[in-house]
Amino acid sequence: MSETSKITSKITSKIEIRGLRKSFGSNEVLKNISLDVAKGGVVALIGPSGSGKSTLLRCINLLVVPDGGSVRVGDTRFAFGEGAKLSDVRTLAKFRATTGMVFQHFNLFPHMTTLQNVIEGPVTVRRMAKTDAEKLARAQLAKVGLAEKADQYPATLSGGQKQRVAIARALAMEPDVMLFDEATSALDPELVGEVLAVIQRLASEGMTMVIVTHEIAFAREVADRLIFMRDGVVVEEGAARQVIDNPQQAATRAFLSHFHRTGALPPANAAP
Amino acid sequence: MYQWDFGILWSYRWLFLNGLGVTVGFTVVIVVLGLVFGLFGAFGTLSRFKAVRLVALTFIEAFRCTPILVQLIWFYYALPILAGVEMTPITASALALSLYGGSFYSEIIRGGIVSIDRGQSEAGAALGMTPGQSMRRIVLPQAIKRMIPALMNQSIIQFKNTSLVSVLAVPDLVYQSQVAAHDSYRPLETYTAVAVAYAAILIPLTIIVRRGEKRLAGSE
Repeated sequence: MSETSKITSKITSKIEIRGLRKSFGSNEVLKNISLDVAKGGVVALIGPSGSGKSTLLRCINLLVVPDGGSVRVGDTRFAFGEGAKLSDVRTLAKFRATTGMVFQHFNLFPHMTTLQNVIEGPVTVRRMAKTDAEKLARAQLAKVGLAEKADQYPATLSGGQKQRVAIARALAMEPDVMLFDEATSALDPELVGEVLAVIQRLASEGMTMVIVTHEIAFAREVADRLIFMRDGVVVEEGAARQVIDNPQQAATRAFLSHFHRTGALPPANAAP
Repeated sequence: MYQWDFGILWSYRWLFLNGLGVTVGFTVVIVVLGLVFGLFGAFGTLSRFKAVRLVALTFIEAFRCTPILVQLIWFYYALPILAGVEMTPITASALALSLYGGSFYSEIIRGGIVSIDRGQSEAGAALGMTPGQSMRRIVLPQAIKRMIPALMNQSIIQFKNTSLVSVLAVPDLVYQSQVAAHDSYRPLETYTAVAVAYAAILIPLTIIVRRGEKRLAGSE
């Protein structure tokens, strides 16, 4: 059941999550998670693997259907649990079209060129005319610095380029929010910078974003809020710099001690 | 030493050609029908509903795990008695061979679909596609590429399986050559010629399949 009585969010929040629960079999992955993201806000989700951060991200666009609680993005709210009806596939699809998602393993469509990958959403989902969609797609590819790769197939691109195409593909849907699921975890270290640079620019343009990441220095730089999760609960939450520089919980301190907290961003050598 | 005399077959040329025409035509029918059954079978086994999955699986295993010769005879002799459905030998054998082929096709189609990484349909869903849209636009185009070699292979087997319809007196190439063999007392020449005819059609086909496989592998 949804639980909307304790309204701690500002009216302006873009994403509002209340009492979210999810189990896979007997494994309870999310235990009563609540979360708000302000319009234009950037929230970084960090935590050890198995902490539930990726599942939480996938619950925001309902790629994973929660067992209980509620999810609101913009004006669309879904409640889950006893008594809540499961939404039909069309309602879900329409909702997902307003959120962009970038995956750890890119998930580009290998049978389409870069341009076709970016056009696919606008044409198939938004029913946009092909010429308009192509104009939009070329603009998005230019934005991630890959205009000249439009006619190449994903197999010919580097990991960093693939991920930038994936970002362009998500942006072509002109989403209200962007979700990043460990977008740089599958990349060679020297390719991380170019993807982070694109995400950082999106943040500066005021895109609302939730970023699951292991790049602590990047999170400190780009996110305004940071959430540390462990074992399906939010352990610590606050301003990104404050949590990283001065963690209050022992678990957060222990986790952060695995990273060099120099605050420096990886070099954006191949960035556009 | 046996004295070969292939010249004798010339007088049966129209009989052979007739039979060959029936064999080829029959293959086209059972491949097309089989693919239709296979498509239903594959999507049945991938259904969200358990009852549908169960029906599809039962159909597939029933036809996959019994001999085609038995199925042919059963369709022709048992169905009229059990269900009161009278069928001509051609209808009975077309149905049996299509269902038999369909059971193998469905496994090939199902395997092709599930071999596509889950991330692909997830990416489609994340863009706002319905499951049907992501199946048509994202999964199937990739899956079909992977299925084609196996589907072609199965179709070649189906071509050869048509030789069994002669037991129901369908006048295919094998049936007509039996007629010729009995008439000419030259079974060695007759059946050798039949084997050559099958090979002459299938060898070029297998070469095309192999080339297609290479081209598809290159475009991944």
